[in-house]
Amino acid sequence: MEATNMQRWMFRFARRDTRGNRGRLALFVSSMVLGVAALVSINSFGDNLRTAIDAEAQTLLGADMSLESSKPFSDNVESIVDSLGGIQSRRTSFSSMAYFPRTASSRLVTVRGNEAGYPFYGAIETDPPEAAEQYLSGDGALVDGTLMQQYGVVVGDSVKIGRSMYRVEGRLLQTPRESAAIMLFSPRIYVPLARVDTTLLAMGSRADYEVYFRFEDERDVEATAEPLRESLQEERVGIDTVEEERENWDEALTNLYRFLGLVGFTALLLGSLGVASSISVYVRQRVQTIAVLRCYGASTWSTVGVYLMQALGMGLFGALAGSVVGVSIQTLIPIILGDFLPVDVSFNISWPAVFMGSGIGLGVTILFALLPLLSLRNVSPLAALRSGVDTTALEKGWMWWATAAVVGLGTTGFAMIQAPTPLMGLSYAGGILVVFLLLAATAKGVMWLLVRRPPIRTSYTIKQGIANLHRPNNQTLMMVLALGLGTFLVTTMLISEQTLLGQITVAGAEERPNLIFFDIQPDQVDELIATVEQTGLPVMEDVPIVTMRIQSVKGLSVDEMRADSTVRTSWAHRREYRSTYRDRLTDSETLLEGEFVGAHSGSGPIPVSVEVGVASELEVMIGDQIVFDIQGIPVETEVASLREVDWRRMQTNFFVVFPDGTLDNAPATHVVMTRADSEEASALVQGAVIRSQPNVSSIDISLVLSVFDAIFSRIGFVARFMALFSISTGLIVLAGAVLISRFQRIEESVLLKTLGASRKTVLRIMSVEYLVLGLVSSATGVLLSVIAGWCIARFVFATELILAPGAILTIMGVVIGLTLIIGHFNSRGVYDRSALEVLRSET
Amino acid sequence: MNDVLRVSDLTKTYQSGSRSLTVLHDVSFQLEAGDTCAIVGPSGSGKTTLLGLCAGLDSPSGGSVTLCDRNLGPLSEDDRARVRNMHVGFVFQSFRLIPTLTAIENVMVPAELQGRLDVKHEAEALLKDVGLEDRFDHFPSQLSGGEQQRVALARAFINRPAILFADEPTGNLDSETGEHVVDILFRLNRDAGTTLVLVTHDLELANKTNRVIRLKGGEVVSDSNPREMASASMNGGD
Repeated sequence: MEATNMQRWMFRFARRDTRGNRGRLALFVSSMVLGVAALVSINSFGDNLRTAIDAEAQTLLGADMSLESSKPFSDNVESIVDSLGGIQSRRTSFSSMAYFPRTASSRLVTVRGNEAGYPFYGAIETDPPEAAEQYLSGDGALVDGTLMQQYGVVVGDSVKIGRSMYRVEGRLLQTPRESAAIMLFSPRIYVPLARVDTTLLAMGSRADYEVYFRFEDERDVEATAEPLRESLQEERVGIDTVEEERENWDEALTNLYRFLGLVGFTALLLGSLGVASSISVYVRQRVQTIAVLRCYGASTWSTVGVYLMQALGMGLFGALAGSVVGVSIQTLIPIILGDFLPVDVSFNISWPAVFMGSGIGLGVTILFALLPLLSLRNVSPLAALRSGVDTTALEKGWMWWATAAVVGLGTTGFAMIQAPTPLMGLSYAGGILVVFLLLAATAKGVMWLLVRRPPIRTSYTIKQGIANLHRPNNQTLMMVLALGLGTFLVTTMLISEQTLLGQITVAGAEERPNLIFFDIQPDQVDELIATVEQTGLPVMEDVPIVTMRIQSVKGLSVDEMRADSTVRTSWAHRREYRSTYRDRLTDSETLLEGEFVGAHSGSGPIPVSVEVGVASELEVMIGDQIVFDIQGIPVETEVASLREVDWRRMQTNFFVVFPDGTLDNAPATHVVMTRADSEEASALVQGAVIRSQPNVSSIDISLVLSVFDAIFSRIGFVARFMALFSISTGLIVLAGAVLISRFQRIEESVLLKTLGASRKTVLRIMSVEYLVLGLVSSATGVLLSVIAGWCIARFVFATELILAPGAILTIMGVVIGLTLIIGHFNSRGVYDRSALEVLRSET
Repeated sequence: MNDVLRVSDLTKTYQSGSRSLTVLHDVSFQLEAGDTCAIVGPSGSGKTTLLGLCAGLDSPSGGSVTLCDRNLGPLSEDDRARVRNMHVGFVFQSFRLIPTLTAIENVMVPAELQGRLDVKHEAEALLKDVGLEDRFDHFPSQLSGGEQQRVALARAFINRPAILFADEPTGNLDSETGEHVVDILFRLNRDAGTTLVLVTHDLELANKTNRVIRLKGGEVVSDSNPREMASASMNGGD
């Protein structure tokens, strides 16, 4: 036959052969629809996001350029600022307590002292809108909308920050450079820069000093910034341009949506496995047809081609349907991710994303379908003469392995491209492979066990239902994969969330401090302790803190080290250290090496204790010398001991501890810790402190908990939304698997009924089957998620695993329930068929 | 006259682990164009195995099969499929119609596989010839057993095969329907000048052919012409 005629015949036959099966094929393929939809929607959203960021790049920074430092600008920097010209607007930001007199409530906030002009591009969105300008003209303040809601603050109320009192002019809704998620960590209050209480910026308090520029001339901002970078770096002043800001956001958000894309890809993989499994059973039901075709002269590849065309058609349908669904749900993503985004993302269909998502969906489906289709090469024409000649048992020849290798490499390659880093992609592909293999091994193990150790002393219905799990053409493997993976994803997220939240809860439990006062000047300590004690609370710790930087390590200055590319430097060399001095170790510290020196009065280097992690970063050992710069004065030290610190403890922990008395004369601030057993007691003491010492800030651990809870609920929502794709895909695969074995079930049901089984018995047998399937799948998923959760707790969060048995059992219950419902829904009618009907359809 | 089918020393052995089972042993015969031949024998005697080997559906362990001057031995499965497509027709005991195709589409399949995609009129003519002019667009599940086998007959003849292999063509039919189908089979065979090989348990049907090969335990125990035998016995009786 000519090639074109052959193709035409294959196409014609493939189309005809789908008759009566189109609904079934559509269900098979719908398992990949959600995976494609996830990819299309996320990548399309990503493209829209990039467009929005490009379009609003200036709005992201709010200016053409900015300089930023954690110290007030030096004369040198001021002269650079002057030389740059343009329109300038300054801002000073710092953390402080805000006190709302009307509600007598207080909260640690980030205060931004602004000058008029900023933002030069974009706008501060407020309610009422005019408040964005009004607050600068007097003693006005703009307060984060969520904070106002939480504390019952209304426009017109007063807010006291330090010694300054402001009138709340409006709610802060959206501002350049700040997303809603950032606001959750630390709510913002905007005040006029000129009205900031400067005592709050005293030594030891953390503050950021910024100046924003708008250049009206046509200068090249990048070219202006470039020569300044080095000299500004020496002054520890950062410089930021629109281009850099755009790149930063672009990188961060690309990582975010790429990661979400990976989760979507998992759903696609799961769906494709479902398609492959369905096709495997589907083609086994086509053996007689293929054998007849072979008798009449169809070649090996033309029969494979017929069913490959059907798979192609299914893939195209799935890709198209997935694209439509993906484009539709794309509108939901900005709502879900809204809190994490710096710009408004408009809805546009990104055709490259649609083509990419549907192309990947089609490709993956074809590749996965090819594996079972290759078995068609083995169908002998003899099968037309003799029933029971099953030649579809897949011999894994070189072609199967080559296809499997393409599937594996393609999957890994895509994961590497899609993930934020290739290594992450590789780990992700490896992790998914391990989970798939473990789930598959569990399914195979269960079937193996049931064949060798069937339940004997039990009722007929249970025996029969369990036997269904390992009979020929069973779908146990696929169902365990589909449901197990979905359960695994959801439970892992839940366990990670619970572990983190649980740690914080534990940290704040028992008799540990749960209220921390900080930024206390040395002359305020006695008064503050008295205030705390007057409210009836105990002072559990009073810790002095001295701010310093490293000047040199082992005789080599940090500047020299940074200039020498052969010497490794890290964050530990550059960071600002907040150290303390005391005569003993605390219960969160363990001495690993050397001797902890509690007092030192002699000459020579001061013996200090260094935390083991930072010592490793600095590459120092016992006896090595480190020179610290404390407010311009070099202080020579020697590493006397190495300590391990339990950072999970909610208390003051330090990288470097000096002996008692050695820093008495250095400028210090203090941290005082207490424990309040009720919200009222906490509010009372905070109110008392803020009234007497307004520069002192405080953190209530219950507030930290509620912030973490809010952040997790937002992240958890995004994660659950993505996991939904996998869960739904798993349920569709389940529905497909039940449907594909429907005829076999009808036959069995009729046979059983003919032999005397009641409708109820048949129904019970199926219930047992689905119950065990749901139980095995969800239990395996949960078990794997506990292992994954432990790994995450141990290696990512460096903490201990905390489980919530109630929530985990609920997930298992839901999965088992859904398995039962979908199983029975797709088997409806099976119980009611008459024997005659089945006999007819067999002939 | 050229042989349409030449079978020489045909042997088929199946290997099951370390044991081997010979189901066909040194079978030889030839058939010329227009011959009709029945292969009979008890269950397990190797009838269907012989049919499969003659039709090139399987490869022998020894001996050779020459079909329409092509020695099937050295051919690959796909090459044998081409030979089948050009020269062979099949009728199966359980009809083996493709359930998703209508009657007329089932008939067209062998021709379409030859690359003749526009054969609807031929298929219609054949279906009319077997008495199914009002069943063109019916699916197999909508046809009775007899009707399905008639569709299978029409399908078997659409490529005007040189040889037709029929495996128990009446095995799934009641006697009346079976007779009707057999009449059509022999009529079409005669009209087309096709060589017919049929496997059957039914001696009455076997006796309608001009040659009967009897198998037992995989070996030919007799090879005779029932009409000649009948005539000889009649003459002997005279």
